[in-house]
Amino acid sequence: MSLLSVTQLSVSLGGRCVIRDADLAIGPGEVVGLIGPNGAGKTTLMRAILGLISASGDSSLADLGETDRARAVAWMPQERHVAWPISVEALVGLGRLAHNRWPQRLGQADHEAIQQAMTRMGLAGFEQRPATELSAGERTRALIARALAQQTPLIMADEPIAGLDPAHQMSTMQRFAELTADGRSVLLSIHDLGLAARYCTRLILIGEQRIVADGRPAEVLTQDNLARIFGIEAHLSDGPDGPIFQPLRVLAN
Amino acid sequence: MMRLISLLALLMLGLLTASLLIGPASIGPVESLKALLAPSDTPLALVMQEIRLPRAILALMVGGSLGLAGAAMQGYLRNPLAEPGLLGISGSAALGAVLAIQSGLAAAFPLGLPLAALGGALIGVLLITLLAGKQGGTLSLILAGIAISALASAMVSLVLNLSPNPFATSEIVFWMMGSLADRSMEHVWLALPFVLIGAVMLLSLGRALDAMTLGEDAAEALGMHVARVRRRLIIGAALVVGASTAVAGTIGFVGLVVPHLLRPFVGAMPGRLLPASALGGAIMVLLADILVRVILPEADLKLGVLTALIGAPLFLHLIYQTRRTLA
Repeated sequence: MSLLSVTQLSVSLGGRCVIRDADLAIGPGEVVGLIGPNGAGKTTLMRAILGLISASGDSSLADLGETDRARAVAWMPQERHVAWPISVEALVGLGRLAHNRWPQRLGQADHEAIQQAMTRMGLAGFEQRPATELSAGERTRALIARALAQQTPLIMADEPIAGLDPAHQMSTMQRFAELTADGRSVLLSIHDLGLAARYCTRLILIGEQRIVADGRPAEVLTQDNLARIFGIEAHLSDGPDGPIFQPLRVLAN
Repeated sequence: MMRLISLLALLMLGLLTASLLIGPASIGPVESLKALLAPSDTPLALVMQEIRLPRAILALMVGGSLGLAGAAMQGYLRNPLAEPGLLGISGSAALGAVLAIQSGLAAAFPLGLPLAALGGALIGVLLITLLAGKQGGTLSLILAGIAISALASAMVSLVLNLSPNPFATSEIVFWMMGSLADRSMEHVWLALPFVLIGAVMLLSLGRALDAMTLGEDAAEALGMHVARVRRRLIIGAALVVGASTAVAGTIGFVGLVVPHLLRPFVGAMPGRLLPASALGGAIMVLLADILVRVILPEADLKLGVLTALIGAPLFLHLIYQTRRTLA
């Protein structure tokens, strides 16, 4: 059973073609890293997949109605601003809006989902803190917990670990990896290729307005792809704890 | 939450009763309330049923409208400085009223003025829907509202500027200060359907406004149809604000201050703020309308002047308290 399938998706923004003829599918139990340089169109591709911007081609998620889509996928946009000083618990609880017509009456299942998501993101004890008073990293974790609390088969997140300290970056990636045990999947854009190689089961590289490569990290992070798309040279090897990726130098073009 | 709502509702009912009992004709409270239900053939029954009752009901409706519209606007725009006048609806309603006064339509028949004001509000809402209704983010909505407000206020100034009739000019100036004096049950019946429909539309936005706390993209992905939410907000706010301005003139600061004041008591959740703020707005206008009758009974102190006089210092105090978190 596929959680997402995209065929021949093309997106233009302001008359400029951003992505052309993208094909991809995500099945259960995958952590898929979307990589590519700044401006390659990672955010645009994800928003088009969700149907938040108009695109030509097919995306199984964009075809759903809003209510069904909210139960099929949780989306964590790059915007980290929380408008009102609501408590962290209420913030995480917003994820339950996807399942709940009456936001003021949370049931047993809702409270359990909120508790579990907060525990997973290390937010126990933060329940009553106003979300606007959190540090940037704490707020990011609360927003990830919000997406977890939505309890969808697929989570899509735009640079979820940007701005986190190393421990929280790794534990967040670890949490995503743990979701695969239940058959849930994650599609996340990520700039840290080292963590991407380490924790993602699969990488999708975009550049030159298209999907350049899609496969296991070692298949995607080839010297040729890195040079052509990122303009860098890097070291990639298999270590005792998994793949080790280290960027070495910027190539002169 | 339920405790807060019950508390506000009790306070509102108390002030509604007080509003019925306070007036230039000094009558005992029991007598007054009895006259409210008596057949309207005694002078006392007339005073109660034709003067005080519409005034109290209008205060409740207008205040509730402004509080609710303010909370909804702030929730949608994610900005504590948003207020009901921001869409330019009250400005265009005022323009309609001013034209009615200037042209003599207001003097020709009793509902001429509120009907013209409703017409103005309708044109305002058409304009804003064309400019920002279908697509475009919150910024285009704010900018369109500012442009419509500025245009309406320039036209009002133009009418005042060119008016050959000093009586019409002073009537316009006084009308714009906002008042609930000398209104009749006709005013209530005229505004009530608009206020009811608009209030239902705005109250139904609670869930969507909660989701908007995380931004438009996240709200859309949480299952909200943001374009539909925006349309409902514009039309709902236009109905309640347009009808309120038509019967009471422009009453400032209620829609700005009341949501701000009540936000801490609802855990800052925009959805829960809607009913609380509607009750709070009704309380503030009922109170202000009692005060204008008590403070200077002879001078016809205008309601809008008093709400701004209470509202502005209250707002300054709030800013002083919260400037650390606003920064």
